[in-house]
Amino acid sequence: MFEYAPAPESRSVVDIRPSYGLFIGGRFVDPTDGGSFKSINPASEEVLAEVAEAGAQDVDRAVRAAREAYEKVWGPMPGRDRAKYLFRIARIIQERSRELAVLESLDNGKPIKESRDVDLPLVAAHFFYYAGWADKLAYAGFGQRPTSQHSGTDPRPLGVAAQVIPWNFPLLMLAWKIAPALAAGNTVVLKPAETTPLSALLFAEICQQADLPAGVVNIVTGAGETGRTLVEHPGVDKVAFTGSTEVGRAIARAVAGTRKKLTLELGGKAANIVFDDAPIDQAVEGIVNGIFFNQGHVCCAGSRLLVQESVADRVLESLKRRMAQLRVGDPLDKNTDIGAINSAAQLARIRELSEAGAAEGAERWSPPCQLPERGFWFAPTIFTGVTQAHRIAREEIFGPVLSVLTFRTPAEAVEKANNTPYGLSAGIWTDKGSRILWMADRLRAGVVWANTFNKFDPTSPFGGYKESGYGREGGRHGLEGYLNV
Amino acid sequence: MSERVAVRKTYKLFIGGKFPRSESGRSYLVQDANVALSSRKDARDAVVAARAAAKGWAGATAYNRGQILYRVAEMLEGRREQFVALGVSDEEVYAAVDRWVWYAGWSDKLPQVYGGANPVAGPYFNLSAPEPTGVVAVVAPEAPALLGLVSVVAPAIVTGNTVVVAASPSAPLAAVTLAEVLATSDLPGGVVNILTGRLSETVPTLAAHMDVNAIDLTGVTDPDLAADLEVRAAENLKRVLRPVPAEYDWYADPGITRMTSLLETKTVWHPKGV
Amino acid sequence: MTATTTSARSDLSELGRSETALRTFLHGLPGVDQVGAEQRAAQLGTRSIKTTAKAQAIDLAIRMVDLTTLEGADTPGKVRALAAKALRPDPADPSCPHVGAVCVYPTMVPHVAEVLRGSGVHLASVATAFPSGQAPLEVKLADTRAAVEAGADEIDMVINRGAFLAGRYKEVYDEIVATKEASGDAHLKVILETGELATYDNVRRASWLAMLAGGDFIKTSTGKVPVAATPPVTLVMLEAVRDFRAATGRQVGVKPAGGIRTTKDAIKYLVMINETVGADWLDPDWFRFGASSLLNDLLMQRTKLTTGVYSGPDYFTLD
Repeated sequence: MFEYAPAPESRSVVDIRPSYGLFIGGRFVDPTDGGSFKSINPASEEVLAEVAEAGAQDVDRAVRAAREAYEKVWGPMPGRDRAKYLFRIARIIQERSRELAVLESLDNGKPIKESRDVDLPLVAAHFFYYAGWADKLAYAGFGQRPTSQHSGTDPRPLGVAAQVIPWNFPLLMLAWKIAPALAAGNTVVLKPAETTPLSALLFAEICQQADLPAGVVNIVTGAGETGRTLVEHPGVDKVAFTGSTEVGRAIARAVAGTRKKLTLELGGKAANIVFDDAPIDQAVEGIVNGIFFNQGHVCCAGSRLLVQESVADRVLESLKRRMAQLRVGDPLDKNTDIGAINSAAQLARIRELSEAGAAEGAERWSPPCQLPERGFWFAPTIFTGVTQAHRIAREEIFGPVLSVLTFRTPAEAVEKANNTPYGLSAGIWTDKGSRILWMADRLRAGVVWANTFNKFDPTSPFGGYKESGYGREGGRHGLEGYLNV
Repeated sequence: MSERVAVRKTYKLFIGGKFPRSESGRSYLVQDANVALSSRKDARDAVVAARAAAKGWAGATAYNRGQILYRVAEMLEGRREQFVALGVSDEEVYAAVDRWVWYAGWSDKLPQVYGGANPVAGPYFNLSAPEPTGVVAVVAPEAPALLGLVSVVAPAIVTGNTVVVAASPSAPLAAVTLAEVLATSDLPGGVVNILTGRLSETVPTLAAHMDVNAIDLTGVTDPDLAADLEVRAAENLKRVLRPVPAEYDWYADPGITRMTSLLETKTVWHPKGV
Repeated sequence: MTATTTSARSDLSELGRSETALRTFLHGLPGVDQVGAEQRAAQLGTRSIKTTAKAQAIDLAIRMVDLTTLEGADTPGKVRALAAKALRPDPADPSCPHVGAVCVYPTMVPHVAEVLRGSGVHLASVATAFPSGQAPLEVKLADTRAAVEAGADEIDMVINRGAFLAGRYKEVYDEIVATKEASGDAHLKVILETGELATYDNVRRASWLAMLAGGDFIKTSTGKVPVAATPPVTLVMLEAVRDFRAATGRQVGVKPAGGIRTTKDAIKYLVMINETVGADWLDPDWFRFGASSLLNDLLMQRTKLTTGVYSGPDYFTLD
């Protein structure tokens, strides 16, 4: 046997401070009416840092700082200068990428190979991409605005953007939010998730290092209540949220009747559809990447495998063999494929739904794998014999759990794939080009990956249909949510 | 010889390409006519009709949709006098005709302007294209009755959505007459469904309906009602277009926002290899 | 052996009888998506193999080397020196294992045989008008027999790429069958020359064709065309031997050749074996590296692990 020796990435590359304040007006400040909470390493349950929890007054301070920066500095600043700040931030992210990757893996539990090879390169690329837009907004293709409603012809920023992001890709979601907002000329108040605040706080330091004018980016840490206070703050012109459909609904209600422009990137229950003429080995990789990437904590995860009956046994056999190769464990080990579940609460939800799957009669399988004793872990799992009626076929599990269903014809595959309130992503595996296009036309999903899965790029718009939210992030479409168009 | 007794028109609803009375059997007197007073069930029937038409209309070629919208303009031009008789000015009718023509031309251009290839950093073909959101509930502006209605319906349907429109309660006759134009323009039944009556009866039903994908609140003038409808719409995360200000100029260039707000962008990836 | 496997085996043995059957079978194999295959190979290449795992991997890689010289300028003296190195790659360290085989042209076989006799190091000879294979079949078979008679216990043949690309699969098949017969007890390695096959779909089909015809090993390249072994090509071939064993019960070996020069490269291949076909192939009987300069890099890295100091080329023999 060929056993890989431990290959840990060095932790010493990052200095975590014992405690962090709120980043408001360009400085770290203590909360005035909030408390604090601890951010832990989900792989060990060790406390990483004590983080301030912003109260209503703190949120108000942050919004006012953002407003002042918008009116006095960032709004009036020529686009070419905003661009230079964003380029500068992108460069610093590249320069400090290993430090950020290690911090991300420590706070989130994701494997270092993913934070290093996926998250960080995409974060930097996102800032580079939107940096270039800052002085080209008139070319973004939104056409003329109705002249009676707006003055001038250049697209205008909205003002202050309130942004609330999830814990699954903490820094990447920050980049998806902050880069287009700043490029368009808005200032932001961003709230990272309570279980993963640290990389956003390091990003605040990067803003300082870049000499970004005070108040352009403000980071308020806290839990749901802080987020609610932020999106409901009357001084906010724009709300952008990525997270659960349930919270997205609450936010949509909260901004009803206001001037606030809203974009939402919510849940998903994507079908990954494998036809009998698929390139099987690559399809199996795509299935694995689709559901086990980032522990399945991915809104666009291919959590429903729809496999054509004629090839189902063969695909499942290959899939199981491949799953047996997945290495679950220390997120900082360079050979780890599946890291820790982000929190005890998320682990409980994954367990609950998995138990429901077994109780409802689906057959559960996981490869033999030894899970560490401390921390939050869940073995990669598949359920076969799943029907559309099962909870595990309908509800987002947000974990390394795949529900396998079968189909016989392309039309049946489309019908099953679309039979969900969600519509974020879908996968198609077949060697027949015309079938790919036929399927892609019919799938009600914002991103369709054909013969690939879970690919992201700053130029490529991302976002959902139906209850997966509205608005797009990425590409020139991503500017629309931050402009008065 | 006695004077000829005129044959009066019954103003009915327009649902699924047909002109039914309200299932409630009610009507209300407005603009010197008895106009159908839609019920919640009429609203529901209209959604069913709109949903039934959605697949075919979205699947029609852009060229075909453009042809049909242009045909609407032709028919409207020919019926100008009917609208003038309802008190609509010549100027408004012409503007409405021109607006159909303007949107007709967008059918096969918007996907080019609003979509396209994305230069991703990898060996992938990557294309974004707009698709219709689905079934859209529309509250037409109170006035101008014809131009306002056309200005909210045309941008929704040109891209392949189907609509359920709540017509101006105070001036519904132009809407019903427009339905007669639509019915003779090769527009498939159910693509546009028109409800007359009180907004308070039909619109909350449409806003809460789980099989409606978007709602355009343009004609809602009461801010509290607008907020309430938006709250209802959140239940299934409908796309929401908020009311326009009272001073909104319906004769101005409308831009593309009304179309793009009712579109979903779908992005398709595929590897490039041999 | 289950009934299904037995019947699958007999089905496959019939395929070589007709061009149509071969074509239908080979074109019915699942396609290979180039981008996906290359990404998977690249991903496997990011495994970090350190300390004890690295030491284990280096020794295994040394045992898997087919130490090769295939030059017009080869002489008995040159190949004897190479054979000596094959036996004792690191004269300073008796714990260093010998390589898997020495690989030479047929004319050089007798000179190598003298050195290797009784050592456990195999003697491979290229044959069948290597590297182009552009000779009449009888010449190719005579080439093969001569090599075996001179002492080669492994024959590295080339397939008829022209016939393969023209879709004359039966012709390729029949040549392999004939060469296998001419090889007698010697192991037959079938060189696909993947650099000339242009697509991974072709690599998969050629792999199956070679295995169906009785090849004991499938080998990527002659080393004489611009594109030699690559990780994704080897990945596709490993998937083929894995699936072939599942279908027939017979295990076939894999040999990437050409272009593998560093320990880091070699370890990437070992990782690929480990995670694609598993431990059954982590053995010189089932996997070989066709290489020459690789050995010295493996030896330098081995010394570094033992001494903690980076070595230099001056400290290893150049043969």
